[in-house]
Amino acid sequence: MNKKQSTATLANKQSKQHIARNPGIDFTPALFNDISINRSAVERRASTLGKRRSIKKQHQAAWLLKAITFIDLTTLSGDDTPGKVKRLCQKAKSPVRKDILNALAVDDLNITTGAVCVYHNMIKTAVSALQGTGIPVAAVSTGFPAGQTPLNIKLSEIEASVADGATEIDIVISREKVLTGDWQAIYDEVKAYRQACQNAHIKTILATGELATLTNVAKASWVCMMAGADFIKTSTGKEPVNATLPVSLVMVRAIREYYQLTGYKIGYKPAGGIQTAKQAIEYMILMKEELGNEWLTPELFRFGASSLLGDIERQLEHYVTGSYSANYRHPIS
Amino acid sequence: MSIKEIFTTMEYSPAPESDQVAKAWLENLNNQFDHFIDGQWQKPTDKHYFEAKNPVNNQFIAQVADGTSADVDQAIKAAKKAQVAWYALGGHQRAKYLYAIARQIQKHSRLFAVLETLDNGKPIRESRDIDIPLVARHFYHHAGWAQLMAQELPNYQPLGVIGQIIPWNFPLLMLAWKVAPALAMGNTVVLKPAEYTSATAVLFAQICEQIGLPQGVFNLVLGDAKAGQAIVEHDDIAKIAFTGSTDVGKIIRKTTAGSGKKLSLELGGKSAFIVFEDADLDSVVEGVVDAIWFNQGQVCCAGSRLLVQESIQDKFINKLKARMDKLIVGNALDKSVDMGAIVDQSQLKTIKEMVQIGIDEGAEIYQASCPLPDNGCFYPPTLLTDVEPAATLAQQEIFGPVLVAMSFRTPKEAIQIANNSRYGLAASVWSENINLALDVAPKIKAGVVWINATNMFDAAVGFGGYRESGFGREGGKEGLYEYVKPLWLTQLSTTPKQQIIKPKQPLKPVASIDRTPKLYIGGKQVRPDNGYSLPVYDASGQHIAEIPDGSRKDIRNAVEAANKAQAWTSTTAHNRAQVLYFIAENLEYRQEEFCQRISQLSGKSKKDAQAEFELAISRIFNYAAWCDKYDGQIHAAPDRVVTLAMKEALGNIAIVAPEEAGFLGMISTLMPAIALGNRVIFIPSQQAALLATDFYQVLNTSDLPAGVINIITGDRDTLTDTLAKHYDIDGLWYWGSATGSQLVEYEGAENMKRTWVNYGKYYDWFDNEQGQSELFLQHSVEIKNIWVPYGA
Repeated sequence: MNKKQSTATLANKQSKQHIARNPGIDFTPALFNDISINRSAVERRASTLGKRRSIKKQHQAAWLLKAITFIDLTTLSGDDTPGKVKRLCQKAKSPVRKDILNALAVDDLNITTGAVCVYHNMIKTAVSALQGTGIPVAAVSTGFPAGQTPLNIKLSEIEASVADGATEIDIVISREKVLTGDWQAIYDEVKAYRQACQNAHIKTILATGELATLTNVAKASWVCMMAGADFIKTSTGKEPVNATLPVSLVMVRAIREYYQLTGYKIGYKPAGGIQTAKQAIEYMILMKEELGNEWLTPELFRFGASSLLGDIERQLEHYVTGSYSANYRHPIS
Repeated sequence: MSIKEIFTTMEYSPAPESDQVAKAWLENLNNQFDHFIDGQWQKPTDKHYFEAKNPVNNQFIAQVADGTSADVDQAIKAAKKAQVAWYALGGHQRAKYLYAIARQIQKHSRLFAVLETLDNGKPIRESRDIDIPLVARHFYHHAGWAQLMAQELPNYQPLGVIGQIIPWNFPLLMLAWKVAPALAMGNTVVLKPAEYTSATAVLFAQICEQIGLPQGVFNLVLGDAKAGQAIVEHDDIAKIAFTGSTDVGKIIRKTTAGSGKKLSLELGGKSAFIVFEDADLDSVVEGVVDAIWFNQGQVCCAGSRLLVQESIQDKFINKLKARMDKLIVGNALDKSVDMGAIVDQSQLKTIKEMVQIGIDEGAEIYQASCPLPDNGCFYPPTLLTDVEPAATLAQQEIFGPVLVAMSFRTPKEAIQIANNSRYGLAASVWSENINLALDVAPKIKAGVVWINATNMFDAAVGFGGYRESGFGREGGKEGLYEYVKPLWLTQLSTTPKQQIIKPKQPLKPVASIDRTPKLYIGGKQVRPDNGYSLPVYDASGQHIAEIPDGSRKDIRNAVEAANKAQAWTSTTAHNRAQVLYFIAENLEYRQEEFCQRISQLSGKSKKDAQAEFELAISRIFNYAAWCDKYDGQIHAAPDRVVTLAMKEALGNIAIVAPEEAGFLGMISTLMPAIALGNRVIFIPSQQAALLATDFYQVLNTSDLPAGVINIITGDRDTLTDTLAKHYDIDGLWYWGSATGSQLVEYEGAENMKRTWVNYGKYYDWFDNEQGQSELFLQHSVEIKNIWVPYGA
């Protein structure tokens, strides 16, 4: 192990809290049956979150660096190839130009993205590309994105992904069960997924854009947490509407209540549509305001994003140079 | 702090908005604010100035002209001189000026926002995102009303010179609320801002200058209460629009009593914030933040009384406390603060004293844990629990960031506690059950009710209070009526249109009394409490009968009977219409008898009596028709919200009928009041009292519920005095002498009665424009705006 690697491992260890995994609780409809979310009020709060707090100058730089550590750097396309995935992994390992890191005096923080997120077929490539970095590989699973495949196939898919080395599995819930009110079925399927994941962490994608109401979003959040989710995640990135601040507010409030009830901290992952540094900071403000600093860690907060990193890089360069940056100045993945 | 450290702590940092442009603006004025009168900047006549300070750090802002009555006089003269030409410009030209003002405010929005924050101490986020955009919106909206005035308010005229006195909590927004409708309707203005906060008014005057607003249309007199008093007392002021404390509002009402000055008062509040168990509690918590920690709680409509359903009380209070600990208090120019500074040391002292009273009375105190800046006027977000409705702090306005919490068991009890207040400005109702929310909102005595929301404002939506929170509305079409009058009202006669009967001398004894008229209270004929009677004369002066000499106790009984008839207010408009038609039908059946009585008492020919009777029947039909047609409106606020402007009955209206106007006067005044759901205590004309006592027999056969109309005969002046002082009478209409009119307005000030008087002038009751004017409907209702944001 060379020196650089050992520092990286150390930094990783320092930044990682020990978060006890959520074992789940019994299916308890009484905990969510009466939930009713007021959309207008939620939207009002969401619209002022980013206006009530302002993150400027060196604080902005630090927050954006932190944001990078939350990114599940993602490629989920039909045309993904091993070459593409290797480039992505390289970007995950060194997300920001060295000279910028030097100028910010943070080169020894060994900033990496939170994870790399791929389809099952790309897991092996990613695992081998990230060997020794401590960066986890996340795989989307269970018939992602629509989830319209048989349960046994979904379970085998998880098992295969775990076997290939994915340590995080992003599953999709069956939206039709939400829309037909069959919460027990969702609980049962997520619980089964959780078992299939074994030691891999499970992120449950609600596909909030297809759940129709914020009340359904809250109820689905509860059911997934009850069934043992480690993370609840908004979207696949393939729905017409993906992560939004109002949806996020509803989900993190559910996380807060679940924590107060059980003592288990559930992670949160907004995904899809988060493309700018400004948006990322708004989400981080939301996490800090609603859940507190303890949730501002990659163990409990991730962005599912592919183009966010580019904007963050440009903002960081702007902070360093005072001049607005351009895309071509930052290495692509 | 290094980036690396911040990366670990993830703390916020101060993000101050620059005040450079604002400072340069102040320096350009040599840090001195003068009056703006007749288009000129003028120094105070006695050369005296006082200092304005930034409450955040006590730093000097400017020397402010200390206006005197001489300054005020000059300004009012200028406004008077300018008014006729301003109105004569026409709606379209006025619209263009108002539009130009709106544009200029938007162009200089950040300067306005920073100045407001420097001067007042409110967070820059609020001045930037709330106050200033609302100001611009107000001028845009009213530019539209100027354009539409001739079309939408035909037969209405401007009032003349408007004196406007505004508070320090929303300096520019209150200016906009006052100035925009006044100018739109063709009035000119003399405005006095609060002594602590003149800066944005000065910048506004500069804008008026820039856009070439004609001289004298907008005049700004700076100063303290002296200048305000001079405006209130000035003879050439046609109307006072005041926003401020209830105490000062009462003084203004008393000072202007009988003067004929129109008045709108937007006063204090102790608004209820009601949380039902099925509400979205996390959203409610944010609602509380916006209700009581908005503008440091220095908001007249602040939701300062938290009523929480007992079943969720502990859970909710815990959530609220956790949220409080996230609040940040600090430099108002910092974009990351939730609360800035209290406007002034004196206000801070009041808040501290009141909180101490609360603690002494047994309240439990919880304060936000955030640190407060060392200098400046700061007070932390504060929650007082275990406060009972009887506690001082549950009743009195604190005007600071202090919330008092109490619990309720049922919707009925929530309404009861909410209404257990002398105030009635606003309320918030939180429930996800639309049936519950829409049931509760109309039952709350408040001019504004927000359902699952709080502190929403818009130029298209009226704002104003019930009870001691004042009267009049600002915003919406309802707000325009505060700045206009119908033409005929300016042309009233100084002599009666009908004869006033004088008894013959010497008095002759009663020849024959065919009936014993009594008082009519609670649907029953009753004898007067005191056992005295008064004579009634016919047209020739002959003593023909005796009527009860009603007294204060009879008034008391009548009000109690009226209170028991609340079902009349809540019944459907269709039902009320049925009763009115039935009254007309039964009355018509007795046409001959009534016509004879009219002739007997007035000396009219049979034909004339017949004409009066028929007009009276027509009026009853008129108001029966209006019952289900004088309905509300849905305002177009720029949000995803339904805003229901509901016309609600005042409650108990006392009517002192025009003495000379006999039967028609009685019908013309009584019918609109009951048509729109009020209960009435009616003092008939003394000379026509027998028609009133005949009339109750008609009422008895017309399905009118007991207590809806109560008739007290007797000495008008004595009874009027009792009525004016009665706290449980919501409206008082008076047709009589100038002195009586003054008494009604003066004594009515104590509980802020909605008074309507004739200042000793005479209406022509036979003229439909006067005797059946829209004013009768307008005075029968209060407009409540219910905001219902929605979204699946």
